[in-house]
Amino acid sequence: MTPPDLAVAEKIEGPSGETEELISGSEAIAHACRLADVDVITAYPIRPYDTVMQYVSQMISNGDFDCEFIVAESEHSQFEIVKHASVVGARVFCGSSGVGWFYAFEALAVTAGLRVPMVAMVGNRALDDPGAFGVEHNDALAVRDLGWMLNWVSTAQEALDTALIAYRVAEDKRVSLPCAISCDGAFLTHSQTLVKVPSQETVDSFLPPYDRAEKQLHPDNPITIAPQVNEDWLMEMRRQNDMAMRRARGVIIEVYEDFNAKFGRGGEPFIERYMMDDAEIALVGMGTLAMPVRVAVRKMREQGKKVGFVRVRWFRPFPTIELQDAFATVHAVGVIDRDYSFGSAFHSGVLATEVRSALYPMESPPKVISFIAGLGGREVSADNVIEMADMAFDAAAGGDINEQDTHWIGVRE
Amino acid sequence: MSTGSVEVVYRGIFQKTLAKNICRGIVLAARKDGKIGIAFGRYGDSPERNGIPAKQFAVVSDNEEELEEHLAKYEPDNNDVTIVLDDALCKGVESWAWYGLQPINKLLADGGTLVVTSTQSANKLIKTVHRKGAPYNLAIVKSPASFSGLWVYKDDHTDVRLLGALAKVAPQIVSLESMVEAIAEQWKDDLKVASAKKAYEAVESTPVGADQGNDAKPFSFDLPGWTKMEEGLVIRGMDAKPQDVPGRDGGYVPTRSETFKKFSTRTMRPVINFDTCTKCTLCWLNCPDTCFDITPDGFYDANMEACCGCGVCEAVCPVNECVTMVNEEAFEDHDSQWEMWAKDKEGYSTWLSEKITHLPARSHGFHHVGQYAEEIADDPS
Repeated sequence: MTPPDLAVAEKIEGPSGETEELISGSEAIAHACRLADVDVITAYPIRPYDTVMQYVSQMISNGDFDCEFIVAESEHSQFEIVKHASVVGARVFCGSSGVGWFYAFEALAVTAGLRVPMVAMVGNRALDDPGAFGVEHNDALAVRDLGWMLNWVSTAQEALDTALIAYRVAEDKRVSLPCAISCDGAFLTHSQTLVKVPSQETVDSFLPPYDRAEKQLHPDNPITIAPQVNEDWLMEMRRQNDMAMRRARGVIIEVYEDFNAKFGRGGEPFIERYMMDDAEIALVGMGTLAMPVRVAVRKMREQGKKVGFVRVRWFRPFPTIELQDAFATVHAVGVIDRDYSFGSAFHSGVLATEVRSALYPMESPPKVISFIAGLGGREVSADNVIEMADMAFDAAAGGDINEQDTHWIGVRE
Repeated sequence: MSTGSVEVVYRGIFQKTLAKNICRGIVLAARKDGKIGIAFGRYGDSPERNGIPAKQFAVVSDNEEELEEHLAKYEPDNNDVTIVLDDALCKGVESWAWYGLQPINKLLADGGTLVVTSTQSANKLIKTVHRKGAPYNLAIVKSPASFSGLWVYKDDHTDVRLLGALAKVAPQIVSLESMVEAIAEQWKDDLKVASAKKAYEAVESTPVGADQGNDAKPFSFDLPGWTKMEEGLVIRGMDAKPQDVPGRDGGYVPTRSETFKKFSTRTMRPVINFDTCTKCTLCWLNCPDTCFDITPDGFYDANMEACCGCGVCEAVCPVNECVTMVNEEAFEDHDSQWEMWAKDKEGYSTWLSEKITHLPARSHGFHHVGQYAEEIADDPS
């Protein structure tokens, strides 16, 4: 099987007015905010997310972008401000990293419950202490049960594109849920690559203005949002939230179709399949892990080893159907978590736990081997990936790999 | 019967400790009879709010298995006894979620006993209570409502008097011997034991027929399902246009919620002397519940569906003997005072003079220096 070209090397003729810029993932997100004509942005510095606020303020001072830019006194206020701005009709953007995201947690929880279609960027960062700022995915994953849509991107291009997609999905009346875009700290937030920046016209043809209609908090539309309720009401509200997340799945498919048509790129909505057609075993991961994994997959393919890779792009809603389909014929799946879930079943990471759960109802599910790698921003090398793939091959062949345990890769003994 | 439960309906803040003492007293006394039990407040209540109707419960049982059927619940719905700590609550209570007025005997089992502290007669009280549709008993412990101050418990023996009365009307829950033993152990006070025994002897129970009582239909509605509720936690505001009141041309009656009334929080209500009113607007401006309707001739008429009896209007009124707070027990309806006055000014004047003889129990906190000392001195118990 011939490997496809890498995304950055592709020469697809984009829509007119598109420019090519050498920018980081954070700057790509800032461009998306400009192109989405976001009304209110709040900021509070924490590495690596703070690079976004630097680029946004630069754009504002250069006269390229007009929005309310509020530097709050904490992450909690940062998220509270945009939450309220959103209900009065402003398109909003916010973001944070690591423990900063956690400091906003109370606001994050109610943002989803309130059905506020906020788009946030999480510059993935380890949770201190000690004062670590390399990438781990536990920060964004912490809101996985609360009604936030979550996705992970692997290139600056995908960051820009996904931010535009996120606004369209989040603000869709069938959904009305917040969406967080995760960008791996350093590898995406602090590395500049060539990115196609679309024209305002193309974006305008894709993204309609934010309109809350009859749910806009305004003196002419007297409503109360989120009154105090008791046990007679909350369960119905949670069920509505559940339905919104279920509907999001269909809306995401619809929006990717339109994005592909208008921008000439975008790919499959929920997952990226890399050399999966005849794969006997597959690796799964999220974010920039994709780079070393694809390198390793190509190396192993050269040796005739039928390995493929599935990159999970949307974690919420979780791509259950897509994963069942992608793994229908593979014998073993190696899940690489750049996160941890201490004390969980098999001591796995979060992704492995979800993947196992998604594959369980399959008639003959593949074996699932879980790995933890790249914590605290540690590089995951192609050799690390080959080590994991070999273990998955071994499991597929009925070897003595312990499926009921999790294997830490690249950790010093 | 091996499991029994008691509901205590009280007024927030002023009777919170009283209700707690009663429910704890029941469980501790039943323990002496070899039973086990639980005492708890209704979780959703806001008993720190002035005068708000709130509830506490005591459930006792012979064994853990039966008690377990009553655990992890917000309220027992078939109580042997409902104790009412203010007779004004006999008119009904709005539950904490404000689903409209509900009968005071709603959670009382058929054949159970409603125990009320009151100085009114049984016949008068029965008229105010909603018809149950099944026979039950009304027992009166002769006493005005016992209201504590905000910070200090008023230890006027109402707690032990009710415990003594309970042993009389519901011996299946707790015996007098055990009750006396428990009170002696809890309070280490012979006077309290004596009060309990005295109440046991004095309490009188009257049978109430299925069809006796107030025939007003309690408010009810169906809770909507998730497919019917508006998404995004949005509640529509009411149309702000003034209400049309038949027979009133002019004036202003604001739109008010059909269900969010709060008047069962009231223990006293303002009566207004329209002959002395100067139309200064202060009551209307200061009312925290916007309860004053503006009449066609420019008076301010306190709407009894909206008034929670706080007494602010009386406090801000600059005219002597214009707004007077009167004990809620003196009233049987929510009718407009202004309409009564407009129809028959002389008759209204007589009505007014009669009403203001019913001094309020002043449950709503501080009124004047020395008030607490006076209340203790006046207390007939």
